[in-house]
Amino acid sequence: MNSIIIPTPLRKFTGGTGLFESPADSVKGLLDDLVASHEGLRPHLFDNDGDLRSFIRVYVGDEDIHELDGTATRLTPGTEVSIIPAIAGGIS
Amino acid sequence: MVNPFTKAELERYSRHLIIPEFNLEGQRKLKEAHVLVIGSGGLGSPMLMYLAAAGVGHIGIVDFDVIEDHNLQRQVLFGVDQVGASKAQSAKDRILALNPHIEVTVHETRITSENALELIEQYDVVADGTDNFPTRYLVNDACVLAGKTNVYASIYRFEGQCSVFNYPRPDGTRGPNYRDLFPSPPPPGLVPSCSEGGVIGVLPGILGSLQALEVIKVISGVGDVLDGRLFLFDAATFGTRTLKVRPNAKNPLTGENPTQTELIDYEMFCGLGGAPKEERPVEEITPIELDALGKKGEAPVLIDVREPYEFAIAEMGGVLMPVESVPERVAEIPKDRPVVIHCRSGVRSARIIRMLEDEHGYANLLNLKGGILAWQEDVDPSLARY
Repeated sequence: MNSIIIPTPLRKFTGGTGLFESPADSVKGLLDDLVASHEGLRPHLFDNDGDLRSFIRVYVGDEDIHELDGTATRLTPGTEVSIIPAIAGGIS
Repeated sequence: MVNPFTKAELERYSRHLIIPEFNLEGQRKLKEAHVLVIGSGGLGSPMLMYLAAAGVGHIGIVDFDVIEDHNLQRQVLFGVDQVGASKAQSAKDRILALNPHIEVTVHETRITSENALELIEQYDVVADGTDNFPTRYLVNDACVLAGKTNVYASIYRFEGQCSVFNYPRPDGTRGPNYRDLFPSPPPPGLVPSCSEGGVIGVLPGILGSLQALEVIKVISGVGDVLDGRLFLFDAATFGTRTLKVRPNAKNPLTGENPTQTELIDYEMFCGLGGAPKEERPVEEITPIELDALGKKGEAPVLIDVREPYEFAIAEMGGVLMPVESVPERVAEIPKDRPVVIHCRSGVRSARIIRMLEDEHGYANLLNLKGGILAWQEDVDPSLARY
């Protein structure tokens, strides 16, 4: 299994869940499984063309997928994938 | 090396001076440093206290705000007696009481594209403790254009991020900046805004302290700063991660094809400026009018579309039907008599009314003008504001 960490601002769309697991062996497969399970997430992760939005970063381990093979990056079992959102503050 | 310290300072800073790699030299660098802290709120509170206590010689504070009751949950610089007073001035008084050997300059102003470069140029290091996307991008861009290191932290509910942007490297280049991580901000409304979100009070205490630590490391040159790395902290799970931040070819300031050479309109950039979106007005009722109907025995049906945790803080007798649940509970909303819908300030309820009118044919809905906040102000002062 591989897991993906959902950041706090997006947990509203996963029923509060912060961790999603799937046997998918690529970043794309994992993200597809994630939005198939939590449809409300889709517009927050992908634009209308199906590309990842510019204010979202996806990491495999400590490396940005842009430095790897993008969403085609293969995952070995047990890899941790993270979605990193832009957050501005929690002050107001 | 000339010893710039008085006996009182040497004694005060002795626990720094006896760290072999920090010593008098590190302390001298702190004393000579000029640090600009933008925002004296949740992040700024611990940051300012630690920077002052540590002996950063010249601290600037940018804040235009006044202290409010709901700040005290996390902004530990301030006390009950200072509610209503200037944050920047109160912060200055507090940190000078902590360390009289430093200088503090108050900039009681909102940082804008017009004044940012002039403000930042007076300082060596900038620490961004602001709370909104336009100011985040403004501070980042100004630091890149002015060639200053930007010590960054940001928080949301249980989650915190910290990094050091635009850090000068030995080869003369600068480390990645915020635009490398996020070239552009989320459009408003797509990611929940912070005022909807809240924050656990200790979290800015932790992240603001980390920021102070990084400022001290940047100035003293001791340790490895968070250059090219993003530290993440999840207070809910105690999870921590440190991710790599790489230069981004699409960065409009420092990417392959830079398109931006000056500061821009950041409200517009973040989709917050420009002409307000034309939305169809909805029928409204004021709190006074609603109260009068109730007193005549003609109280309309009242529906509260806030979240349960908001309802728990203050409620005015409506049926709780959170926004997300309305589509599946439409049958509970009558069509044959007046129905008033309310939320906190009237925005969500107006949106729900438009949806019900457009998709379900309602023509009997009224929006409570100003929401429960206006009701509290005009009718029932016993309710708590939030």
